[in-house]
Amino acid sequence: MTVAPPEGLLAELTHRCPLACPYCSNPVNLDAPAAEMSTDEWKRIFSEAAALGVLHLHLSGGEPCSRRDLAELTAHAVKVGLYTNLITSGVGLTRDLFERLVAAGLDHVQLSIQGADARQADEIGGYKGGYAKKREVAAWVTAEGLPLTVNAVIHRGNVEDAPRMVDLAVELGARRVEIAHTQYYGWALKNRAKLMPTRVETDRAFAAVEAARERYRGTVVIDHVAPDYHAKYPKACMSGWGRQTLNVTPSGKVLPCHSAEIIPGLEFWNARERPLAEIWRRSPAFQAFRGDDWMQEPCRSCERKAIDFGGCRCQAMALLGDAAACDPICTKSPHHALVLEIAAADSAGPVEGFAPRRYAREPA
Amino acid sequence: MIPDDAKPRLPRGVRLREDKVRERWVLLAPERIVKVNPIAVEILKLCDGSRSLGEIVAGLAARFNADPARVGADVRALLASLAEKRMAEL
Repeated sequence: MTVAPPEGLLAELTHRCPLACPYCSNPVNLDAPAAEMSTDEWKRIFSEAAALGVLHLHLSGGEPCSRRDLAELTAHAVKVGLYTNLITSGVGLTRDLFERLVAAGLDHVQLSIQGADARQADEIGGYKGGYAKKREVAAWVTAEGLPLTVNAVIHRGNVEDAPRMVDLAVELGARRVEIAHTQYYGWALKNRAKLMPTRVETDRAFAAVEAARERYRGTVVIDHVAPDYHAKYPKACMSGWGRQTLNVTPSGKVLPCHSAEIIPGLEFWNARERPLAEIWRRSPAFQAFRGDDWMQEPCRSCERKAIDFGGCRCQAMALLGDAAACDPICTKSPHHALVLEIAAADSAGPVEGFAPRRYAREPA
Repeated sequence: MIPDDAKPRLPRGVRLREDKVRERWVLLAPERIVKVNPIAVEILKLCDGSRSLGEIVAGLAARFNADPARVGADVRALLASLAEKRMAEL
């Protein structure tokens, strides 16, 4: 099978992060600082990615500003022709580092917000003063003329405020806002019973954000990530496994998506040991769910299989224990009733008491 | 309708570049990759904020020996669709 080159690479430069968001979708087991790749290793990977056909580079984490070499890595990525997108909480981004990133040629800043006001945002992010810091960073970005995306994750604790997040993004001068209903992977899956909004809350929030789309046409681009458990069809996860994007972990493991390690039996290759092009084309993990040979029914004969690619492999794994099954989010899945049961049961409990994620407290 | 004296440009963070691996041109913007056809490439190369829309249209019509009204409609349609996505400024 000919494998088309990837368009995007998500570089998880580090798993270190000063925030403690309960919906963190990074793996439950994080890479320790000592396991992180060196500056030169990342630079080589960026060069290989550009040669392979990658256009967008997402500098992410954890909190990428925790890497002391972030400006140097950005400059290298720009030099080899990659479009550079910094995905940050803003916490840990100093004025000096921001100026060095601008000088390096950074193209775009994606800033997370945890809530529509300081009290709510700092409580969810578990970091006092975080909201004020984010506002400061947003002002630096827009004053510089760089495009700003505001990224908000929606869950039961802030679902009523989803449309206010769009207003806040406009107020902060964002050109683009991402309103993402929580995706239940990694740490978020552990907290699902505390994070899941009710069906009514979800529908109301979704409609309010869609209404804002018309109001802000030409002002802000709204990207809306649907609430999985209340959807009719699954998301086209990663635009198809091994089709467009790859993900490199802090220690160099190359994954088809950032939660792929929950699928047992997949063999991941490491960019420290092999060229990225070889990994993209030949690694067993990427080959496992490419194309549609792996599909079961109802996906195999489904007219939507080239639209949503059977949904999400990690979700099929997490909910059904079978990574090759139809994503049960799909109403055509024989197990779809399970999703409805989970959503109803998990949204019924109290919102208090979610487990905040703290990097330092976890085993390396 | 976009006026003749508008001076369109690509904002910071939107880059027109050749995608050599796939032998095409693309506009790169936040979370967007837009394939650009050869005519649009010629239009966008002129959108640097220094030329007016009228000058761009007249220049292209002369260069490709085309009807200025037709060229004007094409240029406006392209820029309007990009402006709505915040990928062009007028």
